[in-house]
Amino acid sequence: MSSRPLEALQEEEEREAALHAENVRLAFWIWLASEAVFFASLIGVYVALEGRSVSGPTPVDVFDLPMTTVATLDLLLSSLTMVLAVVSMWRRRPGAVKLWLAVTALLGLVFLGFQATEYSSFMRDGLLFNTNVFSASFYTLTGFHGAHVAFGVAWLVGLLISALRGHLRPEEEHKLEVAGLYWHFVDVVWIVIFTVVYVLGTAA
Amino acid sequence: MATAERALHLPELRTAEERGFLSWLMTVDHKRIGILYLVTSAVFFAAGGVEALLMRTQLIRPDNTFLGPKTFDEILTMHGTTMIFLAVIPLAAAFFNYFMPIMIGARDVAFPRLNALSYWLYLAGALILYSSWFLGGAPDAGWFNYVPLSDAFSGPGENFYILGLLLTGFSSIVSSVNFVTTILNMRAPGMSLMRMPVFVWGTFLWSALLLFSAPPFSVALILLLLDRIAGTGFFVPAMGGNALMWQHLFWIMGHPEVYILAVPAWGVISEVLPTFARKPLFGYRGAVIALFAISSLSFTVWSHHMFATGMGPVVNDAFMVTTKLISLPTGALVFTWLATLWGGRIRYTTAMLFAVGFLPLFIFGGLTGLMLATAPADLQLTDTYFVIGHFHYIAIGGILFSMLAAAYYWLPKMTGRMLDERLGKWSFWITFVGFNLTFFPMHLSGLYGMPRRIYTYSPLLGVDVYNLLSTVGAYVLGVGLLITLVNVARSLAVGKVAGADPWDARTLEWTTPSPVPAYNFRVIPLVRGRDALWYEKQAPDGDGRMRGAEEAAGAIHMPGLTYLPALLALGLLVAAYGVNFKLVWLAALGALITFYSIFRQMFEADRGYLLEPRGESE
Repeated sequence: MSSRPLEALQEEEEREAALHAENVRLAFWIWLASEAVFFASLIGVYVALEGRSVSGPTPVDVFDLPMTTVATLDLLLSSLTMVLAVVSMWRRRPGAVKLWLAVTALLGLVFLGFQATEYSSFMRDGLLFNTNVFSASFYTLTGFHGAHVAFGVAWLVGLLISALRGHLRPEEEHKLEVAGLYWHFVDVVWIVIFTVVYVLGTAA
Repeated sequence: MATAERALHLPELRTAEERGFLSWLMTVDHKRIGILYLVTSAVFFAAGGVEALLMRTQLIRPDNTFLGPKTFDEILTMHGTTMIFLAVIPLAAAFFNYFMPIMIGARDVAFPRLNALSYWLYLAGALILYSSWFLGGAPDAGWFNYVPLSDAFSGPGENFYILGLLLTGFSSIVSSVNFVTTILNMRAPGMSLMRMPVFVWGTFLWSALLLFSAPPFSVALILLLLDRIAGTGFFVPAMGGNALMWQHLFWIMGHPEVYILAVPAWGVISEVLPTFARKPLFGYRGAVIALFAISSLSFTVWSHHMFATGMGPVVNDAFMVTTKLISLPTGALVFTWLATLWGGRIRYTTAMLFAVGFLPLFIFGGLTGLMLATAPADLQLTDTYFVIGHFHYIAIGGILFSMLAAAYYWLPKMTGRMLDERLGKWSFWITFVGFNLTFFPMHLSGLYGMPRRIYTYSPLLGVDVYNLLSTVGAYVLGVGLLITLVNVARSLAVGKVAGADPWDARTLEWTTPSPVPAYNFRVIPLVRGRDALWYEKQAPDGDGRMRGAEEAAGAIHMPGLTYLPALLALGLLVAAYGVNFKLVWLAALGALITFYSIFRQMFEADRGYLLEPRGESE
């Protein structure tokens, strides 16, 4: 009814908002499970084609392990700052939320910078996308990961703008939480890539 | 926050339901999305059927020249691809979308907008695939799309296969996430997991299977696309690539896919048989466990499609064992249905006929499956018409018959009008006879050595008569299905009014008016037992009607209309054409539209609107 008491409607709106937040959290875990299978398949392809390239360059020729290690640490650090952003939100410190969001996005950009540097140095070494199956599977795997990082950075910037305009209300905590979840997921995927592709690849 | 500020966020009140063409583009109502799915998948089912008839016409006699080899390859590829990805999966999604939320006593799915998105992505993928006929030729490498047929030896059509199926795969993941969340979080009070209808378990497992099988296939498609447009060599042995890798990635999706098609069908059978046998499903718990077992095992059997590729006896034996293992829970499921019929007071409505007709066909298809799963026999039988006979007994006998049972059972709820029983029975018997006439002889032509995917055959092979029978059968089958179509059209025009519960059924959807109002339930039901409505009909302390758990305080809050899901799908469609024709600006434009709609959606709050209930009693 249009004559319906405001309180009842408000109560219903709040209950709907709480359920929606729960739904978003659950759905995000489910979607990440699916994404994990996607990356597992790409990593499987990389491993299946490892050492089958008919011509060089090969991983040992091009990898710069110290530089990639620094990039990995940078990404790990961004997971820490993401945690700080979420914790600041739980503790109702909007200033700190904005700060840590900005720092996380920045660290993500730095990682993308490392990746751009790496790609351009590989290409100078003659490793183009379709040079051999190593380059194809390497660029596909790390490219998809990099695209995920880039999407994450855009997402964090969006959240930051939203927060600056004062829109991150308490019932929207889940928005930041799932962004955090996404960010950690992308980070964990990188750790696997770093281990399987870079560390084991250089050791072999 | 202040009440004054919240009051500003109050949505507007609407009393009328959505109307007009544009409202279909912008709808987020799970029932209207279900109808969109149903109509679209029926159109593609008809397209796939016409393709099948064209093939059968070509094969009616040896050395026929009705279709050339190139056209035949295109039609055969489009038939398989259409039926699997554009007809049967979305047909299941249609019933899931419409009925799953109602069966668990919810007003909506968890994410109405994602639900709309999954439909528009499916439509975009389907349009891409079918536009190939006009833009340089359809894909022609079979629905397996094996390299190198799909790689070095094929025309531009394959790109449409790749891009189209990438979008439909994305669509499946989106709706799966939505369904799983809905089932876990949105059930009515009292609807515990073990009180859910088996059909809802079917939705859950369908979603789980798609969530884990769509990504490897997407990877395969992306790699093939790169091979074709960027000159990489993932599947090209001369460049160090691995051709067999395509088959692994494809069948890691492709075998669970069989169960993705079958699990909804089993859910339907488990709803229809008890209703018309007037008995609860025998061994509900066992049936749910069997469904879980089948779904998990389905990821361990993909290599049985590759027995003939030379993986060696150890691998073949391992996959032979896992494949045969699946027959145990499947057998348990079949006994569940038989025991449900046992001693029931059976009413042979059309829906029941299709459900009972399903049983022998599905059992027969399962038994020939065991023959094919035997690696030494498979070396002889693989890629012959025996395989085609086998999987059509599963795909049509098992799945299409269930979906027709679902249509005869549920369409009165969706349209508010009954289907004609006499026409329905004609349709069943003609379909049943036509089906067996088409596909039983294929087992024989296969045993005599007729290979699949060939556009013609020699009279010396001695399979003329089987092919003639199959072709005649295919037309009979087509007539049977056409009668159902006529029946549906007739019911929409002059069908008898259905009422809320025409079958004296057991589950929650039959407590709502037909057709179901936009808000599903004015009063959210209180579920007191498995088969919630049946329980109330039997309960000594009830009046045969559902009890209410919570009533809306007046108008009901509904999500708002939005064009964003359709826009997002349009963006991906444009981007896909950009990639296909190597037009960077077009791809960039598509990406721009896509990201605009994603970020708009992420940071825009949906205020929704309030809908005044129509005032009918529940």
